[in-house]
Amino acid sequence: MIRPSDIRSSLLSLAILLSLLVVWQVTTHVPETGPVGVILSQEETGSLLDQSMPQEDIVYYASQGVAFTQLKQIASLKLSREMIDAAGGIRALGISVPDENTAPTPGSLFPSPVRVGVELWDTVTDPFYVAGTNDMGYGIQIGYSLLRVIIGYTLAAAVAIPLGFLIGMSPLAYKALDPFIQVLKPISPLAWMPIALFTIGDSELSSLFVIFICSLWPMLTNTAFGVAGVRSDWINVARTHELSTFRTALTVILPAAAPTIVTGMRISIGIAWLVIVAAEMLVGGTGIGYVVWNEWNGLRLDRMIVAILFIGVMGMLLDAAFARLQRAVAYVE
Amino acid sequence: MTHFKDPFNPNIDVWNECGEAAGGPADPYAGLPAEDAAILRDRAKHSLNPEVGMTRALESSVMQGLFKTDISRRAFLRSAGVSSALAAVATVFPLSSLQLMAQEAMKNLEKTKLTLGFVPITCATPIIGGHALGFYERYGLDVDIVKTAGWAVSRDKCLNGEYDGSHLLFPMPMAMSLGIGSTAQPWKVVSNVNTNGQAIVLANKHLSNQDPKNWRGFKFAVPFEYSMHNLLLRNYVAAAGLDPDRDIQIRVVPPPEMVANLRSENVDGYLAPDPFCQRAVYDQVGFIHKLTLDLWKQHPCCVFGLSEKFIGENPNTTMALTTSILEATAAAETSEGRVAFAESMAPANYLNQPVEILKQILTGVFPDGQGNIKNVPDRISFMPLPTQTMGAWVLSQLRRWNYIESDTNYATLAEDLVMTTTTRERMRAMMVADANLTFPDAEQDVYAPAQIQGEEFAPSAAQQFIDSQPFSRTL
Repeated sequence: MIRPSDIRSSLLSLAILLSLLVVWQVTTHVPETGPVGVILSQEETGSLLDQSMPQEDIVYYASQGVAFTQLKQIASLKLSREMIDAAGGIRALGISVPDENTAPTPGSLFPSPVRVGVELWDTVTDPFYVAGTNDMGYGIQIGYSLLRVIIGYTLAAAVAIPLGFLIGMSPLAYKALDPFIQVLKPISPLAWMPIALFTIGDSELSSLFVIFICSLWPMLTNTAFGVAGVRSDWINVARTHELSTFRTALTVILPAAAPTIVTGMRISIGIAWLVIVAAEMLVGGTGIGYVVWNEWNGLRLDRMIVAILFIGVMGMLLDAAFARLQRAVAYVE
Repeated sequence: MTHFKDPFNPNIDVWNECGEAAGGPADPYAGLPAEDAAILRDRAKHSLNPEVGMTRALESSVMQGLFKTDISRRAFLRSAGVSSALAAVATVFPLSSLQLMAQEAMKNLEKTKLTLGFVPITCATPIIGGHALGFYERYGLDVDIVKTAGWAVSRDKCLNGEYDGSHLLFPMPMAMSLGIGSTAQPWKVVSNVNTNGQAIVLANKHLSNQDPKNWRGFKFAVPFEYSMHNLLLRNYVAAAGLDPDRDIQIRVVPPPEMVANLRSENVDGYLAPDPFCQRAVYDQVGFIHKLTLDLWKQHPCCVFGLSEKFIGENPNTTMALTTSILEATAAAETSEGRVAFAESMAPANYLNQPVEILKQILTGVFPDGQGNIKNVPDRISFMPLPTQTMGAWVLSQLRRWNYIESDTNYATLAEDLVMTTTTRERMRAMMVADANLTFPDAEQDVYAPAQIQGEEFAPSAAQQFIDSQPFSRTL
């Protein structure tokens, strides 16, 4: 069932995306002109020949856009063509010299959407390659990250929901534990990581711990809030039927508080996915967070953007799954 | 200079030291028949291949047994021709069985599956390139190398036993052993993985302000507190009359962030490891003000570190691991090795950098960002012997800036923390076993005074030296 309002909003989204891409492309696109050749005067060529730089090398270097000042230095340093090739070639030598003749280096500009698109295509078409322990396809990396998130998050849910019930059902526990929750809740994963690494002594477990500790709080507070907010009439009805506390919790409070609890779980999965990037940057080796750090290390912004896109899409899918769950437990009074 | 001296090349001396000192021929293949030259070129090209490397060492000893001197070997090769000589020697001495015998010696390894940590910088060339080019496998080791986000994480993973050994900064095993900035756990400097290899980079706007006296208020980045970078930068600005803790600001910034920070003018400059110095030039955001080798020739930089516990529990593995890293270090120092290592380290699995930058760094032919092209072959050097002078300087400088809080006997402490003697013995044994291998630094005086920024530092007088230095926190 497609409503006209859905079509309109989709069209608007598409238009926003397209205009963003156009602006991005226009501001970052640099035409690939190749090296701008340098024209040397007779005199300049002569002085280079005098310093025994071969004629063919002079012509080649000038065609690669290396200015006369640099050529003179190359000649006086007696750098042979072989030495220059061993050092990455003349273009790389000339390109890094501030001079109006040289175009900016590829690495020094923000990547255009076309370049990002090319990288995106490469990663999507080859998601499972393994080129060594520190370089694997995005499919594998996302798999690692998802596994970490699922383990850490499940542990957090296993602790947060029962504990949330306890806090929600007992005002005393609520008041006693509240200061701890309020202090621990805002601590960033980046702060937990070194502590975990030091005390747990294993980076893999540390990353799980960080996901656990950061995704715990929204579930805990939401469960407590939901449980405490269940209408007292319903609990009174349960009491008149002489239900045990445990059965009351399971058959009356749980369905009543479920929408709030699932909202907490939905916030938590978002946080768990946010945390994974920080945790994996520090742990290293595998995961999409590591990929971001690794590409940053090489200052490859184009591939970093691709990794960020993947993180965003995965986050959206996880959120959508919980939105579905939310609809399933919703009820109308 | 060259690591690979082919015993089948009639043009060069392989065993004769005097011949080496006189300098080899410009073209080692001059005057040979085209077919022979092609065979030799091919052998040279494959000399970094792991399986070939050991065979070459064995060939050399076989040839030495046959001919004794370079003169008779060269004469024989000239008259017989390279290809027939190769065939003749192979029939007399089956090299493959010799190779098997050599492999026997590698048994009794306590541990063959090892994990080493590295921070993705060119200083780690022997450790990274050693992996890419298969140096560990030659000694029967199955090594995983793990890229690590920064020095603090590296230290923590060493301390909690996730890494069997690691690429560390020279002062780190010392700080770890003394418990400065972490819990105390005895670690040792086994060998230098590089010397030199750092630079002071400034933002382009400071092109006309290159006198450190005018740097009051500058913000500098260094990769870690317990680093040669920090100590050298402090020493440099202090000599120019600036107090590094008050007149300038020194921040700890992970190397990959340095270029971005320089671009956004968050910092005025940094003293950092390559590739991030050359990367600033490549990205046109900064220039190289000074290579640190101009402050101290052959200064230490990064090391290969092992814990005392590991060394005690795995003596044979330690020996095999040290040997493979020393061999990779020697190979990285050669001119062919420099190019091969640069190419092998560029992929995402290792340094993840454009290969041109790595080649510029390793060959020492590079633009400095000030409009000059430089040729500094020892911009990064691979001299593996960690000397006592280096150890005493680092310890005494840590005291000078109050990282170590009380005076101590730096020379004695360095004896304990820097494995000079063991490593030197290993280097000597390797040179005896393999005539192709040279360590130019093996026979140096390890207590020799060093010239650091024009001052003479003697390890025995370390305390007086730092007491007399400006801004010393010892007084």
